[in-house]
Amino acid sequence: MDKTIAPADVTATYLLGLADDALIYTQRLGEWMSRAPQIEEDMALGNIALDLLGQARALLTRVGELDGTGRDEDALAYLRDEREFRNVHLVERPRGDFGDEMARLLWFSSYQFELYSQLTSSTDEVLAGVAAKAIKEVTYHRDHATQWVLRLGDGTPESHARMQAALDRVAPYVDELFTDTATDEAATTSGVGVLPSQLRSAATAYVRSVVDEATLAMPAEPRRRARGGRDGIHSQAMGYLLAEMQHIHRSHPDATTW
Amino acid sequence: MYGNDFRDPDEQLNAAEGGALDQLLPTATRRGEGGDFERLVSTDGRVEPRDEMPDAYRQTLIRQIAQHAHSEIIGMQPEGNWISRAPSLRRKAILLAKVQDEAGHGLYLYSAAETLGVDRSELLDKLHNGQQKYSSIFNYPTLTWADVGAIGWLVDGAAIMNQVPLCRCSYGPYARAMIRVCKEESFHQRQGFELLWTLSRGTERQRAMLQDAANRWWWPALMMFGPPDTGEAAKGGHTEQSMAWGIKRFSNDDLRQKFVDMTVPQADKLGVTLPDPDLRWNAERGHYDFGPIDWDEFWRVLKGDGPCNEERIAHRVSAHEEGAWVREAASAYADKLASRSTGAVA
Amino acid sequence: MSEAQTPRAEWPLWEVFVRAKRGLSHVHAGSLHAPDPQLALRNARDLYTRRGEGVSVWVVRADDITASSPDERDSFFDPAGDKVYRHPTFYEVPDDVEYL
Repeated sequence: MDKTIAPADVTATYLLGLADDALIYTQRLGEWMSRAPQIEEDMALGNIALDLLGQARALLTRVGELDGTGRDEDALAYLRDEREFRNVHLVERPRGDFGDEMARLLWFSSYQFELYSQLTSSTDEVLAGVAAKAIKEVTYHRDHATQWVLRLGDGTPESHARMQAALDRVAPYVDELFTDTATDEAATTSGVGVLPSQLRSAATAYVRSVVDEATLAMPAEPRRRARGGRDGIHSQAMGYLLAEMQHIHRSHPDATTW
Repeated sequence: MYGNDFRDPDEQLNAAEGGALDQLLPTATRRGEGGDFERLVSTDGRVEPRDEMPDAYRQTLIRQIAQHAHSEIIGMQPEGNWISRAPSLRRKAILLAKVQDEAGHGLYLYSAAETLGVDRSELLDKLHNGQQKYSSIFNYPTLTWADVGAIGWLVDGAAIMNQVPLCRCSYGPYARAMIRVCKEESFHQRQGFELLWTLSRGTERQRAMLQDAANRWWWPALMMFGPPDTGEAAKGGHTEQSMAWGIKRFSNDDLRQKFVDMTVPQADKLGVTLPDPDLRWNAERGHYDFGPIDWDEFWRVLKGDGPCNEERIAHRVSAHEEGAWVREAASAYADKLASRSTGAVA
Repeated sequence: MSEAQTPRAEWPLWEVFVRAKRGLSHVHAGSLHAPDPQLALRNARDLYTRRGEGVSVWVVRADDITASSPDERDSFFDPAGDKVYRHPTFYEVPDDVEYL
């Protein structure tokens, strides 16, 4: 990241990463509606998706104020191209089975839990406000993932094997959550943000405690590690996700309201 | 929870908002005399789960409540189809919350059905193998974004017409579930109208989308009230018995007429032409006249030959089957917990 | 417990009671299915309080509820009907005595 970057731009870029994580994960969670293992679980996943969408909207609105472009939440969500999205790869992964989703949710909510716990004291008041609200939501998300990882890990032999396989599949996407970028460093220096690397040990300790109690094993160090999401380098799945999310909005360029 | 800034907040938009529900609440919650079934039903009392009731009454309720619940669950699909593509984040949030409500309504209703001594899993099996139906309206596809609005406005609007009287159904648990459903459903209808109202003030293509959706959903919405059941058609139907039992309060035809009367002015407001050349105000009757409904289409779709019948059931069955390992795991875990705590006590 | 038991895909029924606000009793809201108490409580939260309807939730296994039977209604509840002396209006006191 360029050293001469204006502080407002650093903040905007930093917030965009958090916003895109929440938005893109909403998109994936929304795919579960009418497909959950039990109807009660449709309700639960719907609530989590709505919480994340609320975070994304508040953060995107803030980004539009800070970056000087005057874009609103929809301009940011619908009119950016793939390379401009700053989310981590974990959230864009195509939907797998319910075990995959709980493995993803456990890691993501553990990360967000540590993240928002610290961001309540951000010097950006809007971000601090979002964090204060989000921490309650994320506490529930993390608990939800915990409850399910325990049940799937310590349930039947089949569910044990499937939950372990899901944890293994998600492992390559974990490192990116806790990797610092130049923007993270600049945002931390200015008091707006927090270094992802500082969240790693607490989040990992939490996940490990759940995995242990669930009679599962922490995956070995993955051979491959996803990287580059914060620089707009995504997986091939991302293009399809955006094509679907954006197409109605974009096919009506002269529409001013929906 | 979502602001509606498109109209006067005191203006009535639908039956549930218009105080009809509040009028029903006192009778729906009346204590009742207790006593034998016939007396309860004839005095507008409430039958409660452990009361004695005729088997035919029980079976009718199970069938009707289950079909109602199934409709909510299958109804998640046509709208869920648009969650990923909602053209604004505000609409995405509304739609997510709405589809989630459908799941919730399904659960309230299964819960009511279960008080009659059936298990939800039995009912779901019957949905999956086609022994029990769901509302045929959901066998139509949602082809454009405007369809999401049309479902809210017309389909949920029609549903509310049907459901408000059910808030004082003679069977207590069903009536209570319906009160909860109706309160939540009024948000559904309003968001649909608001969505369309926005399109109506938008670009030419947005307005065309709105008109197209109204064209496709109008007649299926009228069919939702069911086949004619007044006059000659009343003979041999279920309506008479259901009315005597206090399960049904108005005939299909009366509800349909009420719906048409309520909806035509709303269509005018939206600048939509409803696809019926015979639709016109009849001052003598004090109602709108409307053209003949294609009941062949109704029966055809009901019997499986609709655009989406197979797709809807296949989707539902696959979710159920793909989730079996999860449900089994949770049961096994619960057994382990129970045996551990027994072990600890012993 | 034997590990060989066939796992059940069906979950038991729970009754849900919600306290709408502080100062009020928990009231029966409906039922739901869940495999165990923890998930029953969470499902109840997601199903019955998503519009802010509650500040506290109870869940009880439906099987664990003992209910009076309608057959016993006469013997259970009718005897209370003639005990008018349990109600304050039974007693006649002078009109000019306050705080009674």
